[in-house]
Amino acid sequence: MAVAAEAVVEAQIVEHRRGFARRWYRTPSFVAGASILGLIVLAALAAPLITNHGPTSQDLLNTLQGPSSKHWLGTDDLGRDVWSRLVYGARTDLKVAFLAVLFPFSIGTVIGLLSGYYGGWVDTITNWLVNIVVAFPFYVLIIALVFALGPGTSSIYIAITIVGWVSYARIIRGEVLIAKRRDYVLAAKSGGLSDARILFRHLLPNVVTQAIVFACSDIVLDILAIITLGYLGLGVQPPTPDWGRMIADGQTFLTTHWELSTIPGIAVVITALGLSLLADGLADLLRPE
Amino acid sequence: MTLGVYVLRRLLQLVPIALGVTVLVFFLIHLVPGDPARTILGNQATPQRIALLRHSWGLDRPLYVQYGKFMDRVVHGNVGDSLFYGVSAGHLVLQRLPVTLWLIGFGTLLSILLAVPLAAIAARNRDRVPDHLVRVVPLVGLGFPPFWLGIILLLVFGLHLGRPFPVGGYGSGFVGHLHSMFLPALTVAFAITPILIRSLRASLLEVLESEYVTTARSKGLSERRVLMRHALRNAVVSTVTVLGVNIGYLVGGTLVIEQVYSLPGIGQLMINSINQRDFPVVQAVTLVFAVMVVIVYLLSDVVHALLDPRVRFD
Repeated sequence: MAVAAEAVVEAQIVEHRRGFARRWYRTPSFVAGASILGLIVLAALAAPLITNHGPTSQDLLNTLQGPSSKHWLGTDDLGRDVWSRLVYGARTDLKVAFLAVLFPFSIGTVIGLLSGYYGGWVDTITNWLVNIVVAFPFYVLIIALVFALGPGTSSIYIAITIVGWVSYARIIRGEVLIAKRRDYVLAAKSGGLSDARILFRHLLPNVVTQAIVFACSDIVLDILAIITLGYLGLGVQPPTPDWGRMIADGQTFLTTHWELSTIPGIAVVITALGLSLLADGLADLLRPE
Repeated sequence: MTLGVYVLRRLLQLVPIALGVTVLVFFLIHLVPGDPARTILGNQATPQRIALLRHSWGLDRPLYVQYGKFMDRVVHGNVGDSLFYGVSAGHLVLQRLPVTLWLIGFGTLLSILLAVPLAAIAARNRDRVPDHLVRVVPLVGLGFPPFWLGIILLLVFGLHLGRPFPVGGYGSGFVGHLHSMFLPALTVAFAITPILIRSLRASLLEVLESEYVTTARSKGLSERRVLMRHALRNAVVSTVTVLGVNIGYLVGGTLVIEQVYSLPGIGQLMINSINQRDFPVVQAVTLVFAVMVVIVYLLSDVVHALLDPRVRFD
C-alpha cells in the first residue's frame, strides 16, 4: 500500500512538472517577471563585461559629473561611476536577498511540517513563537537585531531568518493540516512508513508549492529590508556597492543631483516588480489545473 | 459569548505573547558578539567603566536574575537609563510617542481614503480597463522602499511644486500638525495602500457576488446605491482586519520615514540611539513598538467582533 502511495505522489509531481512546462510561456505575468529579472540577473553576472570602471574606483577630479560617453550615468561625490555601482550593487543586493530567503524558507518549512503533522505541544510552542515574532513590526525587529549583532551581511541573514521563518511555518502548517487527512498519507501511515519518510517524501512535495510562491514575494520584502538597512548604514558595508547606501549617499545632493538617489531607487522598484510578476505567474502556474 | 468575555479571553491569550516579547527584547543585549558592555562603550573605555556598566546592567548575574530585574523595571515603566542622554529611556520614549502616533493615525486615514475609492472602482469595473489600472498599483507599489518614496515626495513637493507642504518637522497645534505631517503621512499611506487595495478589491468582489446583493439589485436599487450602502459597508470589516494584520508593516515603516522627514518621533529616537549605541533606548523603543502592535491587534479584533458578532462565537 505504501509503495502505491509513493507511486501516486511521484505521478502527481511528474504531472505538475509537465503542466508547468506546458503552460509557463502562456502565463504573461510569469514571462514578464522572468524577463525583467533575467535581464537584471544577467547584467549583475556580466558586471565586469558591461562596465568600464571599478565600482569603488574614485576619480576625485571628476566628481558629480553628468552622464557622458565615459560615465553613462555620471559620477558620484567621490567620482565613482554610477553605472558600475548600480550593476555591482545589483550583484550584491540580489545575492544577499536570495541567500537571505533560503534560510527562513528551509527552517520555516521544517518547523511548519513538524508542527502541522504532530500537533500537540510542538504546535502550541510553534504558534507561541510565531505570535511573538509577529508582534514586532517587521522593520523594527530586523533593525534591532542587526544593531545587536553588528552591521554586515551575516547579521542580515540571521535577522531575516529570525523574523522570516514564521511566514513559511504558518503556510506549511496550514497545508499539512489539510494534507495529512488525505488518502495517500493515511495509506503511507497504515503501510508502516516512518514519520520522517512520510514528512519529507510524501507531504513535503505536496505542500511546498505555496511556500515557493510566497518565497518569490518574500524576496521583495527582503530586498526592501536590505536596502533600508543599507540606507541606515547597518546593511552591506562600504566599499561594497549597495543600492541602499547609494540612495543614502545621493540624498545629500538631492537639490543639485537628484538622479544620484533616484536611479538606484528605480532599480529597486524594477527588480521588485520583476519578482512580484514572477510570484504572480508562479502562483497561477502551480495552482492545480 | 458577550463582548466583555470575548475581550477578556483575548487579553488572557495576549499574556504569554507579551511575556515572549519581553524575553526577546531582553535577549537583544545578549546577541551582541563578545562582551556587550565593552562593545557598547567602545575600545576607548576603561576596564573600570566596563565593569561598572556590567554591574549596573546586572550582566555579571545569572540570566534568570537579569531577566527578573529587567521585568521588574518594565513593570515599573523603566527599561533603563539612556547612556547618551542620562535620563530614563521610558521618559524619552513617552516624550516622542505623540509624533509617531500622529504619523500612524494620519497615515492610516490617508491610506483608507486612497484605497477605498480605488478598490471600489476596480470591483465595479471587474476585468475592464479601470480594474486593470488599479491592479497595477499593488504590483508596482509593493516594491517601493518607503524611505525612497519619502525622498521622491520631498523632491517633488519640496523642490518642484513650490513647497505647498513643509518638508520636515512636526508643526504646532492641530492644523500645524496636519500641515507638517501631510507628506510623511502620505508616504506611510503609500506603503500600506497597495496591500489594502488588493484585499479590499477581493472582498468587494465577493460581496458583490453574494445573494443579498443580487436581492438588492433585483429590488431595483441603483448600482451606486448597492455599492455604497451594501457592499462597502460590509467591506469595512475586511478593511479593519487587513489593517490590523498589516499594522506591523505600517508601524515599522514609520521608523525610517521619520528619519527621512526629520520627525522627532520614537522611530528617529531609535535610529539615533543605534548610531549612539544607546542600548537601553533601543530596547525601550523596540518594546514600545511591539506593545503598540499587540494593542492594535486587540483593538482590531474587538472592532471586528463589534462589526461582525459571529466572530465572538468562533
